[in-house]
Amino acid sequence: MFELLLRTTPNTNNYMIGGYAVFFIVMIVYLFSLVLRYRNMQRDLATLEDLEKE
Amino acid sequence: MEAKPRLLTVLEAVTGVMFVIAVAMVFFYAPTEAVMGNVQKVFYFHVAAAWVGMLGFMAAGVAGVAFLRKKDFKWDIVSMAAVEISLVFFFISIVLGSIWARPAWNTWWTWDPRLTTATVVELVYAAYLLLRQGIDDPDRRARFGAVYTIVGFISVPLTFISIRLLRTIHPVVIGDSNPDATGGFSMTAPMRLTFFYSLITFSFIFVTLLWHRIRLGKLAEKVEQLRLKLSV
Repeated sequence: MFELLLRTTPNTNNYMIGGYAVFFIVMIVYLFSLVLRYRNMQRDLATLEDLEKE
Repeated sequence: MEAKPRLLTVLEAVTGVMFVIAVAMVFFYAPTEAVMGNVQKVFYFHVAAAWVGMLGFMAAGVAGVAFLRKKDFKWDIVSMAAVEISLVFFFISIVLGSIWARPAWNTWWTWDPRLTTATVVELVYAAYLLLRQGIDDPDRRARFGAVYTIVGFISVPLTFISIRLLRTIHPVVIGDSNPDATGGFSMTAPMRLTFFYSLITFSFIFVTLLWHRIRLGKLAEKVEQLRLKLSV
C-alpha cells in the first residue's frame, strides 16, 4: 500500500518551493518598506522641527 | 519621538516564535497529501493569507464607520493601515493559489467565480490607495476613505461565499464540498491542526503589522500637520 502511494504521489516540490519563496520575498519586501518609510518619516519630522525652531 | 511600546516588542517576539512553529508544522508535521503531493502544503499559508486579507478589509470598514461617527483621524489611520496590510496578504494568497492551481488544475489561472471575485477585491482596495493619494485635503481624504472602505467591503463576503453559492472548481475545504470542485481533499488531524494553527499565527502577524503601520501613519500625520503649519 505504501509503495503504491509512493508511486502515485506526484512530485510537486518545485511548486511548493516556489509558493513559499513568493511568500517570503513579498513579506521581506513589505517589512523592508515599512522600516524604510518609518526612517524617512522620522528624518522628515526632525528636519521640519528644526525649521520650526528657526 | 514616540518610543516603541514594550507590549509591541513582546508581541513581535510571540509572533516570531509562533511563525517559526507554523513553518515547522507545515514542513515537518503536516503529512504529504497523496494525490497532489507537496504542493498541497501551499494551502496552509494560502488560506491563512486570505484570512488576514479579509480580516483587514473588515477592520478597515469598521474603522471607516468609527471615523464617520467620531470624526477622529486615528480611525482613518487604522483604516488605511488595515487596507495596506490586507492588500499585501491578499496578493500573496492569490499568487499562492495560482501556483497551487498549476499542478492541481493544469492551469495557472482561470476566470472561476472565486478567482474573479478575489481579483475584484484586490483591485477595489488597490484603487482605494491610489485614489486617496489624489486628495490633498486631509478631512476630505478621510471621509472619502471611510465611505470607500465601507462600500468596498461588500466585495469581501461576496468572495467568501462565491465558492459556496456558485458553480466553481475552487475546492471548499471547510464545510460542504462543491461537487464541481477540483483539487479538494479531506484533512487529517495533523493537517487540521496545522491549518488552524496557521490561521491563529497569521492573525498575530496581522495585529503586529497593523500596530507598526498605525505608528507609521501617526508619524506621517504629524509630519503632514507640521508641513501645513510651516507652509501657512
